[in-house]
Amino acid sequence: MSSVCYKRFVRRSFPFSAIVGQDEMKQALLIAAVDARIGGVMVFGDRGTGKSTAVRALAALLPPVPAARAGYQDGTPRKGRVPVPFIDLPLGATEDRVVGALDLERALGAGEKAFEPGLLARANGGFLYIDEINLLEDHIVDLLLDVAASGENVVEREGLSVRHPARFVLVGSGNPEEGELRPQLLDRFGLSVEVRTPARLPDRIEILKRCDGFERDPDGFAATWEKAERKTLRRLARARDALPDIDVPDEVLGYAAQLCMAVGADGLRGELTLMRAARAVAALEGAGAATPAHVAAVAPMALRHRLRRNVLDETGSTVRIERALADLAQAA
Amino acid sequence: MSPAGVSAPDALADALLAARLCAIDPGLGGIVLKGGEMLREAVLAELRAGLGPERRIPVNVDDERLLGGINLTATLAAGRPVRREGLLAEAAGGFVVLPMAERLSEAVAGRIAAAIDTGEARFVTIALDDGVEADARPPAALAERLAFHIDLTDARPGAALPPVAPAARAADPPGAIEALVTTAAALGIASARAPGFALRAARAAARAEGRCLVTVADLALAARLVLAPRATQRPAEPEAAEAPPPPPEQGEGQEEAATDTPPLDDLVLAAALAALPPDLLARVAEGRSRQRARANGAGERRLGHARGRPLGARAGLPGGGKRLSLIDTLRAAAPWQRLRGRQNRVLIRRDDLRIRRFEARAEALTIFAVDASGSSALARLAEAKGAVELLLAEAYVKRAEVALIAFRGTGAELLLPPTRSLTRARRSLADLPGGGGTPLAAGLDAARLLAEAARAKGRTPFVVVLTDGRANIAADGSTVRALAESDAAAAARAIGLAGIAAAFVDISARPRPEGAMLAATMRARYLPLPRADAAAMHAAISAVQAA
Repeated sequence: MSSVCYKRFVRRSFPFSAIVGQDEMKQALLIAAVDARIGGVMVFGDRGTGKSTAVRALAALLPPVPAARAGYQDGTPRKGRVPVPFIDLPLGATEDRVVGALDLERALGAGEKAFEPGLLARANGGFLYIDEINLLEDHIVDLLLDVAASGENVVEREGLSVRHPARFVLVGSGNPEEGELRPQLLDRFGLSVEVRTPARLPDRIEILKRCDGFERDPDGFAATWEKAERKTLRRLARARDALPDIDVPDEVLGYAAQLCMAVGADGLRGELTLMRAARAVAALEGAGAATPAHVAAVAPMALRHRLRRNVLDETGSTVRIERALADLAQAA
Repeated sequence: MSPAGVSAPDALADALLAARLCAIDPGLGGIVLKGGEMLREAVLAELRAGLGPERRIPVNVDDERLLGGINLTATLAAGRPVRREGLLAEAAGGFVVLPMAERLSEAVAGRIAAAIDTGEARFVTIALDDGVEADARPPAALAERLAFHIDLTDARPGAALPPVAPAARAADPPGAIEALVTTAAALGIASARAPGFALRAARAAARAEGRCLVTVADLALAARLVLAPRATQRPAEPEAAEAPPPPPEQGEGQEEAATDTPPLDDLVLAAALAALPPDLLARVAEGRSRQRARANGAGERRLGHARGRPLGARAGLPGGGKRLSLIDTLRAAAPWQRLRGRQNRVLIRRDDLRIRRFEARAEALTIFAVDASGSSALARLAEAKGAVELLLAEAYVKRAEVALIAFRGTGAELLLPPTRSLTRARRSLADLPGGGGTPLAAGLDAARLLAEAARAKGRTPFVVVLTDGRANIAADGSTVRALAESDAAAAARAIGLAGIAAAFVDISARPRPEGAMLAATMRARYLPLPRADAAAMHAAISAVQAA
C-alpha cells in the first residue's frame, strides 16, 4: 500500500508555448505560478482539449526549485535543486494516499513507527493536478482544499502525529455535464476557466501538426520552441521578482469592490482574488502598478465561479460579468 | 467518443487490422472490442504475434497489483519486504486485456489512462466491452485514449491476415493532416486526440503493407476505423441532403468548418467521407444515449466499500479492494508474540490480518413524476419545473440525484435520467411540453420502474408525484375514465407495495378526495398545494423528505 508509485511525469513534456490557443487557461496558470496564494485553478472543459497538457507543460517549464522547498520535508536540511513537483492525483485515491499513513514496510519489517508521506507531501512546492475533480470523493476534496488553503498538512491518525508543509498550486479539471461541484468548494478555487476545442479549422490543424511533430521527435520539437519557452520563463521569473513591489492603488481596489457588488459575488474571497490576480497580471506585463484594465482582464476567471446561481436564470456567468464590466465602464 | 464501434459483418477484418496497427505502433493506445465472444480470440492472437507479454486485468484489480507494491503474503513469510511489479509495468512492450471493461471503475480506468499518458511503460490496451445496455460502457476516460472502437456483435468469422514485414516508417502525402482534421470537425469530434490517432493509424496502415508513403486509401481507412466510431453528428455534406435533420446539439460552427474546406483537401476528404460506415445515420439518431451513459456512470460507482466513514476492522485478507488495517493487525498479533518465539521482529500470521470496513452512505434519488396534461394548467407545470431545479441546486450538497418523468397524452416519458447536473436538467426541462390527456397509470408505473432500478443499484429512491389526480387515460391508452381511474389506483398500490417512499402533491386548483385516496393507496404523504409557487413546493417536498 505504501509503495504504490505515482511517478512524476518522466517523458519530455510538450512545450508550454507550443499550445495552440487556450489563452485564458494559459494566462490563469501563469497567474497561479506567479502568485501561488491565488489558491488554485479550476479548468472546466471536455476531454482532449489540452487541459492536462497545459498543466504538465507549465510544471516542466518552471526552473528547478531548492530541495528545501519541494517535496516532503521531515525537518532534515536539504541541499541542491529538484524539478518542480507535478503530482497527478488519481480519481480513486484513498485518504491514506493523499495525506500519508503509517509506513507499512517499516512497521512490518522493523517494527518502527514511521510516516509514509502522501501525495500532499510530494506535491509540496509544485502542482497537484486532479483530473475530473467533480468525480472525486467529497471528503477528499474537502481535505485538499483545506490543506491548499493552509499550506500545511496535519496528520493525526494511526497513532501518528505529523505536520509538514504542503504548499502547492491546486489545479482541478472537470466536465460540468458529469456533475456539479459544490458551490462552497468552487468558491475556494482562486481562478476558474472554461476551455473548448478551438472552433477554427486552421487552429485544429495546427494542433495536430504540433502534436505530431512532438511525438515524432520530442527533443527536436522542444529545441524549436526553446526560445519561446525561455521567453515565457524570463517573463515569469521577472513577474515573480516584481510581484511584492506592484502597487495596487485605492481606485483599483474600489473598482474591484464595485465589480464584485455589481455581479453579486458572495464573500470577500472574490475581491481578494481579483486584487491578487490583477497584481500578478500587472507583474507579468511588466507594469509598475495594477490598473482597472488589469482587474477587468482577470474578472471573468476570478469571479465566474463565485456568482450566486439563480437556477431559473439561464444566463451564463461569463456573460453576467461582461455585462457588469460594460455597465461600470459606462458609468465612469 | 462513443465507445460502441461500427458493427458490420466484416468487422472482424477491421479488428484484426486494428490489432496489427496497434502492434506496429503501440502509440495508438488500443482497441475497445464490443461483443463477439469467440471472435476476440482471433484478435488477441493477432496481437500476440506482434507484441510481447500479455496480461489480463480483472475488473476488481487493486492498486498493489495494478501499479506494483508489497506482496503481503511473501512479506510475512520472509520477514522482509517483498515487492512485486504491477501488471502495467509487467505488460511493458506487450498488451493488457481488460475483460468486462464496462464494469471497470472510474478509478482503475483513471490509473490506466494516467499510465498511458505518462508512457512510462508502453503497452496496448484491449478493452473487452460486454455491455448489453446502452449505458453500460467502458469508462470514457479510458475509451478516449484507445484509437479503435470496434463492434464485433454481428461479425462473422473470417480468415487471419497474411503476415507481412512492416516498413520502418511512412511519410504523409501533403494535406493529410488537414484532411483528417477537417473530417473530424465535420463529424463533430471535439477531442484533439482523435485526429492524432487517425494520423498514426494511417501511417501504421501504410507501414503494415511495407510501404513508406501514406496513400489516400490509408487515410480513408484511418477515418473509418478511428474517426467514424467517435462521430457525434453527420457531416454537413451536399450528398447528405436527403438525410434527416441533424440532432440539435450540432453547433453552427461545425457547418461553417465543413464549408470552409480548402479545395486542396477535397480529394482526401471525399475519399475519407465515402469510407464512412453507412449506419452512421442510425447511430447519430441514438446520440442521446451517449450523454445518458456519461451522466450515469459517475453516480453508481461511488458506492464502494473501500471508502466512506470508517467502521472499524474485522479479520480477513486484504486485496481486491479491501485494505489492511495495520494497527488492528498488530494489536491482534501482540498477545501471541511470546508464544510464537519472537526474537526481534513482530511475528504476524495470516489469522492476525485485519481489514478495514467503511460505511458509504447510499445516495438518494428523487424521482419527479410530473403531470404535463392539459388539465394541469401550464402555469402549474412551470412551478413544478421550478421546484425540480431548486431541488437539484441543493442536490450536490445532499449527495442526491434527481430524475424527471413527464406524463401526458397517452404515455409517460423519462425526460431527465438520474443526474445531478444542472446543465443537463435545464436543457431537458426547458422543452417539457404540456397538453393532452392524463395517463396517470403510465406515469406512476414509469416512476415505480425507475425507483426499483435505482434501488437495485443501491440508491434510495423517493418519488414525488405532481398531478391533479384526474386520470382519464388507461394503461392501455384507451380513454375510458373508469378504467383509467382503476388503472391509476392499481399503479399507486404497486408503489405502496414496493415500499417506495413517496409524496403526492395535488396541484389542482380545488383539491378533491380522489387525490387523497390515491395518495393513501400509494402510502404516500398527501400535500394539497393548490396555489404554491416553485419555492413553496420545494420547501414542502424537502420537509417531507427530511421527515
